[in-house]
Amino acid sequence: MKLNYNYDGNIACRTILQDQLEKLNINYQLLDLGQIEISDNISEDTFEELQTSLKRFAIHIIDNPKGQLIQKIKDAIIEIIYDKEKFPNTTISQYLADKLNYRYGYMTNIFSEYTHTSIENFIIIQKIERAKKFIIDGELSLTEISYELNYSSVAYLSTQFKKVTGLTPSMFKRVIDKRRKLSNTE
Amino acid sequence: MITHQDPMHILLADDDEDDRTFFSEAITELKMDNKLTLFKDGKDLMDYLELPNIKLPHILFLDLNMPGKTGIDCLKEIRANTRFKDVSVAIYSTSSSKKDIEDTFIEGANIYIKKPNDFSMLKKVIKEVVNMNWQFHTSGLNIETFFFSI
Repeated sequence: MKLNYNYDGNIACRTILQDQLEKLNINYQLLDLGQIEISDNISEDTFEELQTSLKRFAIHIIDNPKGQLIQKIKDAIIEIIYDKEKFPNTTISQYLADKLNYRYGYMTNIFSEYTHTSIENFIIIQKIERAKKFIIDGELSLTEISYELNYSSVAYLSTQFKKVTGLTPSMFKRVIDKRRKLSNTE
Repeated sequence: MITHQDPMHILLADDDEDDRTFFSEAITELKMDNKLTLFKDGKDLMDYLELPNIKLPHILFLDLNMPGKTGIDCLKEIRANTRFKDVSVAIYSTSSSKKDIEDTFIEGANIYIKKPNDFSMLKKVIKEVVNMNWQFHTSGLNIETFFFSI
């Protein structure tokens, strides 16, 4: 039997964190944007145990400041892409500078140096990743998807989709459908 | 998922010695920290991948036309094994027909590369592919729906 499912990565991650922290009897508070506040001092052994148990779920504790900033930038971008209400009326560069309290020029330099891509490109990749999920779910038309993702037109979404994947949205859908068919007949 | 500090592990299987050399040279010009391993054909590559204690690569480049096991044969074997579900597979081909591209993706490839004609193009293509692949591995994106045709 094969089951299809969908999921919310954010909720999944928070639930895993809660389970693991409680298992180690750590007092904590989950904050927004990939941060946890730990109320008491915890021993080095407990910290290591926590690191090891989270690693199984591909959750890494980031212990260098630049890495933390990059993660904050990524989280802030993902937040506005996945929640249309939060999408800023200003430019994204202004939004990030205000939200994270760094000069945008500084953030772009650090970001490119460590991630091998620009902040602009990262935003495009994330938007297209979300568009892929919408296309696979099949509930929204391409026009509706372009609206959800704040594209000015459906043509612009298609162009960007082609640029990032090399495929048109319809070819992408066809490949996914045929792959599923293939794995169902095996 | 990996962190920004990890080196990217890259494998290439190509029966043409010159092509392997060009590829290695293009890789050495990348800014990204990496580890490259070369194989002279598909059988060598698959024998290696079946070893129990290897560190799995982040990306695998396969030449389509190899004697013995072709790139597509390797791709099918790799995609039939869930152990390799996080490995991106890039297919190198001389064809740029839409049908060939589509069929390769249906078989489970992530990246389709039309073999470039000159070295400077090759460097550019490899850089773009490796950088795009890096985004998927470091940002927790879905490898199963990762397609990139260049």
